[in-house]
Amino acid sequence: MTGPGAAGEVVLELRDLHAHLSTRWGVVRAVDGVSLTLREGETLGLVGESGCGKTMTALSILRLLPRPAGRIVRGQILLEGEDLTAKSAREMRRVRGRRIAMILQDPQTSLNPVFTIGNQLVEAFRVHLVEGLRALRRRAEEALRQVRVAAPAQRLRDYPHQMSGGMKQRVVGAIAIAGSPRVLIADEPTTALDVTIQLQYLTLLREIQARTRLAMLFITHDFGIVARMCDRVAVMYAGRIVESGPMRDLFAAPRHPYTQALMAAVPKMGARPERLVAIDGQPPALQRLPPGCRFAERCRYTDDRCRREYPPTFTVGPAHEAACWRVEPSAPRP
Amino acid sequence: MLLLVILALIVFALARVTGNPADLLLREDATQEDRAHLLKALGLDRPTHEQLLVFLGGALRGDLGQSIRYRKPAVEVFFERLPNTLTLVPLALFGAVVMAIPLGMSAAVYRGTLLDRAANAVAVLGIATPSFWLGIVLIYVFSITLGWLPSARMGSPAHYVLPAITLGAFLVAGMTRLVRSSVLEVLDSEFVKLARLKGVSEVTVLWKHCLRNAMIPVVTLFGVFFALLVTGAIVTETVFAWPGVGRLTYEAVIFRDYPLLQAIILLKAVIVLGVNLAVDILYAYLDPRVRYA
Amino acid sequence: MARLEEGLSVGVVAGEALAGIDEASDARGRGALARLPWIPTLIIVALVVAAAGAPLIAPHSPTEQSLPDKLLPPAWQEGGNAKYLLGTDVLGRDVLSRLLYGARVSLTVAAAALLAGGAVGLAVGILSGYVGGRIDSVLMRIVDATLTFPTILIALLLAVSLGQGLRTMVLAIALILWARFARIVRGEVLTVKGRDFVALAQVRGCSHARIMGVHILPNVMNTFMVLLSLHIGFVILVEASLSFLGAGIPPPTPSWGQMVSDGRSHIASAWWLSFPPGVAILLIVLAFNLFGDWLRDWLDPRLRQQV
Repeated sequence: MTGPGAAGEVVLELRDLHAHLSTRWGVVRAVDGVSLTLREGETLGLVGESGCGKTMTALSILRLLPRPAGRIVRGQILLEGEDLTAKSAREMRRVRGRRIAMILQDPQTSLNPVFTIGNQLVEAFRVHLVEGLRALRRRAEEALRQVRVAAPAQRLRDYPHQMSGGMKQRVVGAIAIAGSPRVLIADEPTTALDVTIQLQYLTLLREIQARTRLAMLFITHDFGIVARMCDRVAVMYAGRIVESGPMRDLFAAPRHPYTQALMAAVPKMGARPERLVAIDGQPPALQRLPPGCRFAERCRYTDDRCRREYPPTFTVGPAHEAACWRVEPSAPRP
Repeated sequence: MLLLVILALIVFALARVTGNPADLLLREDATQEDRAHLLKALGLDRPTHEQLLVFLGGALRGDLGQSIRYRKPAVEVFFERLPNTLTLVPLALFGAVVMAIPLGMSAAVYRGTLLDRAANAVAVLGIATPSFWLGIVLIYVFSITLGWLPSARMGSPAHYVLPAITLGAFLVAGMTRLVRSSVLEVLDSEFVKLARLKGVSEVTVLWKHCLRNAMIPVVTLFGVFFALLVTGAIVTETVFAWPGVGRLTYEAVIFRDYPLLQAIILLKAVIVLGVNLAVDILYAYLDPRVRYA
Repeated sequence: MARLEEGLSVGVVAGEALAGIDEASDARGRGALARLPWIPTLIIVALVVAAAGAPLIAPHSPTEQSLPDKLLPPAWQEGGNAKYLLGTDVLGRDVLSRLLYGARVSLTVAAAALLAGGAVGLAVGILSGYVGGRIDSVLMRIVDATLTFPTILIALLLAVSLGQGLRTMVLAIALILWARFARIVRGEVLTVKGRDFVALAQVRGCSHARIMGVHILPNVMNTFMVLLSLHIGFVILVEASLSFLGAGIPPPTPSWGQMVSDGRSHIASAWWLSFPPGVAILLIVLAFNLFGDWLRDWLDPRLRQQV
């Protein structure tokens, strides 16, 4: 169950993006040379463990890195051909919400507790449209209806704490699409929701995508969601993309040892109960990165070259790439 | 309510402890007889527990005794002077808020810069400055040297300026720091991030989303601030010879006018409690989460 | 559909198995001792030296009157006399000497009040926090009642009733101080109480007194130290205010607040009477506050929220 039709033209492209954070323990290279493309109507999943740079990548795209510590040091972000890194603050403000939107992880904190839902929705519309209050309220009501919130007119008057988590997240979704963006970045939008609600929400997102043909960058650490939502997947580790390709291909034949380990760690239903497989060790600290492959410490195929030199990205299949020295011969699968 | 009763008891006890006013009111050559006579008139010759009962009984009826010095019901004396203080205190509070918000917000937004450092310096200085000295310095500069503002007593609006500044000074300091840390915290929150993601202008993010949330901890402390100002007024009113309740307190202590003193302390407590209640209501308005609890 | 739901729940488990361990971020970044805030420290040292060494440093006796020399301006002004660096007051007493001796008063009151109030506050806080239950409720009610009392007022009342003097002042201030300390220490004790080593000690059969003294006490010392240093300024200000209002140490012993008050009537002509003592108060309180802030940050940044 993947994309609703052929993916269209490239809407968003990241070219060798580098973003650094200055912390008291040193400069953290949070995004360390990330390149990816996003097409109209397509969902790209960005997968990886906590701290690998997924959220930082998203924030970099929107130029919302924490100031003054964070900054983009190299690379380009091309939105429909325009380089976002070259835009002024004011121009970026116009991009946000209207051309690129984002959904955050925790619905409990995403909404301002002291204002009504209606107030916050209307605000989202007002940023992009010049209309009277009544017209804006009607739009807000319609938006709530589109995200399947019951009794939208009454809901407009509610405060966030009067709503459930799932409903709040729908409101956040409504706010996101208020400006009719071309790109939607969803940063683990269902992680904080109940499992039963998660499916509904994902279905909703897919619906919205089908309707509007927007390009979605879906950040998650959950492979089940990847299977459900994503057309293509990019696996991130320690600030870099280590493997990317069509979802089916990646699942069927992961080539990078990290991806393989991730897949192996997913317990299989119906199989005999065994110990859960986890990956030993931890990712390297992002302010003290080793010269070679960053997964070398935890990888079972490591050799000297892996530790010395960072592997280039090899093509391992149609639109399928992996950055590993061992990719030439087929890597053994579990 | 319990608090008030305890307060009344403590006040009564303390007032008794402050020595006998009779001694102050009597002339040098008064005889023992004169003394006894005076004590009787003041009701001080009765045993202590009787005095207490009289006091409590009266309190319930709204009668807190007769001021020894003024020879009028204490309550009356208090309420005569109260308006003078009640115009000064809110003015100082309001002034403090008006100054603290921009200062605190700028300090938070421009964190780490010179502006932040300067605001912090002002705050730190404000807390350390003794208010009586500040008052005197202000009088010296603005009243004596420059002749712009009057230095004592009430009168025109101009008379309010120096006392209000003196009274509010240390409050501005504390409040600025509070606003700053509160704003910093709010600026970090997810909903501010979302607002920015929506494309909302930075000005709106600050003054709409941020301020409302940041003010909540400040407003909760309004009751405390009010109480602080009321006590601070004791010194400030003395410095500026302001005919308010603060100076009345001071005089009552010096002259051992304990009916008056008792009345003042109790009534002040009632007022402070009342203000706290009002603050709770204001807080519910600001933070809808509290309303539906 | 079933397969996909299965995929979802499996995914969740996988996600949990993979959820990364946080980056090494345990460093608390404690500043080195070399980062001692020098200026405040120097000022404090100067104060202590002035107070302790006043009899040696002061050019004159603070109470020695010299009426022909009254109201002389500071030495650098016209009419000033090098003998009286900061001028003289209305009774011909040397302002500088009085200033130095005034430091003694401020320090003594501060030290005594903090010790007394602090000790009681610490004890009550530990007791209340550790024992909990009824005792805790009652004690905290008393603390609340005390806290609602305006500081100056109590001090005034006591000063006037028990007679002015050092003892009364210390008593008055200590009475207010203990409540503040008790409340915060109690909060800290509640946190410490929940820690494992306390439970272990109880299991081992330690007496409550022992637990309080040996286990709880050392762990709240940090907070206590910070509280002490942060309140020195407060105490000095209260003492000064009381002296200003005439309820402090009786003359002829000089105290800064009183000097400001005395100089008030001559403010137009003799600024040097009120100005220097006020500046002294300002500097000292400032120094102690800054020092206290530094101490708090150094010992435990966590406290920033509470105190």
